[in-house]
Amino acid sequence: MSHTESQTSRPPGEVSEIETDVLIVGAGPCGLFATFELGMLGMRCDVVDVLDRPGGQCAELYPEKPIYDIPALPDCSGEQLIDNLLLQARPFEPRFHFGLMVEALNRMDDGRWRVRTNDGQCFIAGAVVIAAGSGCFSPRKLPAAGAEMHEGEGLLYAVRERERLRGKHLVVVGGGDSALDWALNLHDIAERLTLVHRRDRFRAAPDTVNKVRALIDTGAMDFRAGAVAELVDDSGQLSGVRLQGGDQVVCDHVLAFFGLSARLGPLTSFGLDMHGDHIRVDTERFATSLDGVYAIGDVCWYPGKLRLILSGFHEAALMAHDVKRRLHPDIRHVFEHSTTAMKEHLGPR
Amino acid sequence: MQITVIDRQNQSHELVVEPGTRSNLMMMMVDAGLPVRAECGGSCVCATCHVYVRQAPAGALSELGEDEEDALDLAFEPGPDSRLACQIPITDACDGLKVELAPEWP
Ligand SMILES: Cc1cc2nc3c(=O)[nH]c(=O)nc-3n(C[C@H](O)[C@H](O)[C@H](O)COP(=O)(O)OP(=O)(O)OC[C@H]3O[C@@H](n4cnc5c(N)ncnc54)[C@H](O)[C@@H]3O)c2cc1C
Ligand code: FES
Repeated sequence: MSHTESQTSRPPGEVSEIETDVLIVGAGPCGLFATFELGMLGMRCDVVDVLDRPGGQCAELYPEKPIYDIPALPDCSGEQLIDNLLLQARPFEPRFHFGLMVEALNRMDDGRWRVRTNDGQCFIAGAVVIAAGSGCFSPRKLPAAGAEMHEGEGLLYAVRERERLRGKHLVVVGGGDSALDWALNLHDIAERLTLVHRRDRFRAAPDTVNKVRALIDTGAMDFRAGAVAELVDDSGQLSGVRLQGGDQVVCDHVLAFFGLSARLGPLTSFGLDMHGDHIRVDTERFATSLDGVYAIGDVCWYPGKLRLILSGFHEAALMAHDVKRRLHPDIRHVFEHSTTAMKEHLGPR
Repeated sequence: MQITVIDRQNQSHELVVEPGTRSNLMMMMVDAGLPVRAECGGSCVCATCHVYVRQAPAGALSELGEDEEDALDLAFEPGPDSRLACQIPITDACDGLKVELAPEWP
């Protein structure tokens, strides 16, 4: 192996390697459709996404908005599109690895790629497909004094261990589905829960809003309209929040939900030829400047590129055919339509 | 027509509006090279085109819609003068409009 990182820098036992045909970075619509196209051509895919579920922008930014420009689907929501893409790819059993961020790519002597993620999990793949959209989604940080210092302890952007919050005084900040869902989920195990939002109107599912309203009306949950100005610190421990205007709310934990923001992040250090924030590809193979690394969907750029789901689907098909030629150079390639190719996978109809 | 944008370094920029332009303020600012992330490309869901309105001639701005008010929940430090630039269509009535770019999410 010619990779430059040293394996000894990670504690022993933490490194785990998975071998696969193709490693896909990003489980947005384009990464998902790539698992179908590659699967149909007989290749095994592993998909990594930093989020805890598939769908990329469709799932995170507009699950309920209707999409009108998917060919032959006159109207479908972001969520339906993703459900259908997962269903379509299911015969090929793509393996998903959620909650992992791809951090480094290293070419090995045998031409394969070693892909490292932020928690030490590695993949060895014959080809890498970057379908990273506008980048890694990560939570927007609470814009309050002292926030950085308490992040991960008193201040949380996601709940990993619900039990840790039992019997605590909690402040939940935000007015969307995540904030309200967590407020509902946690209020019965919390000693006291205060919801803080900039205005007395919530933009969540009506049923959720009604439930939260009922809890506030009966006094089971507190509500404060406003913004958190400062996290109050008591010798290193979070002891409360100060709201704009000066009022304080005593608490042990703050959970903040301001949605997600995408940052290109580690992709910029892969040594790829870029066009601004996008990866330059050729339009014949969707190959990048690194041999065996491909880019499709919103993240790629070529003259005339349109950031549409439709375009990403087309890019996935051309990419898949080239990946097959790369991984199986000895086999003569015969083009088959899905009407023929899928018989093998689904059985004749 | 004159539209002024104050950037985050307090520099003033005059946007050039060609007659017959059918656009919105977010697209005009992006075209002018101003640092507006516009992550959702004008779909009113990301609030990264957030501006503070400093001067609005009569008729320049429509009422704040429910969608825009909802998206403003995700804006960084929204205030009473907050608007989303992608929801401000450029019309003749915008002559004299002056906005300031809101700070970015850290
Ligand atoms: C409000 C809105 C409405 C839209 N409406 C339409 C429409 O009507 N029609 C249409 O065609 N398009 C529409 N789009 C655009 C469409 O959603 C995008 O073109 C599409 O989501 C791009 O898919 P993608 O798979 O390339 O990337 P994304 O959907 O952005 O997914 C990329 C995924 O990669 C992950 N990722 C990135 N970097 C890493 C890393 N280093 N490690 C691990 N994971 C990583 C991200 O977390 C993300 O989940 C809309 C977009 C928005 C915001
Ligand atoms: S560009 Fe996303 S809300 Fe305006």
